[in-house]
Amino acid sequence: MDINESIKSQLQENPIILYMKGTPQAPQCGFSAKTVQALMGCGERFAYVNILDNQELREALKVYSNWPTYPQLYINGELVGGCDIVLEMSESGELSEMVKAASASQEEAGN
Amino acid sequence: MPEVTMPVQQSIESRLANAFPGDHLVVENESHRHNVPPNSETHFKVTLVSPAFEGRNRVKRHQAIYSELSAELQGGVHALALHLYTPDEWQARQQQSPDSPNCLGGNGK
Repeated sequence: MDINESIKSQLQENPIILYMKGTPQAPQCGFSAKTVQALMGCGERFAYVNILDNQELREALKVYSNWPTYPQLYINGELVGGCDIVLEMSESGELSEMVKAASASQEEAGN
Repeated sequence: MPEVTMPVQQSIESRLANAFPGDHLVVENESHRHNVPPNSETHFKVTLVSPAFEGRNRVKRHQAIYSELSAELQGGVHALALHLYTPDEWQARQQQSPDSPNCLGGNGK
């Protein structure tokens, strides 16, 4: 599959997906660590991709999203942002609202 | 002590000052907090307050900065923390931007 097609299908299949450096258990970068911490604080399941394991995806997603750095959080296929934005939304309560809504609509859809 | 020039920091400052004239621009080199040699210019934090951000959501604000700094990002700049506010938002935050996270070692770029 073309790399952009696999990005699209990942975004479609996972209502909450975090592209990060490392894994939630072992983040490889402070920005990814903070972001995954905020996301875990919302208490819902989410998908993640360790972009350090996939160089092609790492470069392609930057172009796809017009966003040159990691982490990148997507909810319902839309780029929510990187660390700065996610932390700001976490503080304001918006993140948890958005994550819970995405998770609830996924359950309704029977996925 | 010899004077250390910081060409990347200067170019970030001048590009942003030209593109987003506003009330407040602070570019901080946070590279010393990371796993890089002394006097590196790899990790930056930008706090910018400008009316240009009115009516733009967070993602679009960041993208506007990324496109302005594409040369730096394709060069050696590895991390760019962005705190972008309209003048009203900045007042509401009591003129404070958040701290950046500490390094976890990383693996270069």
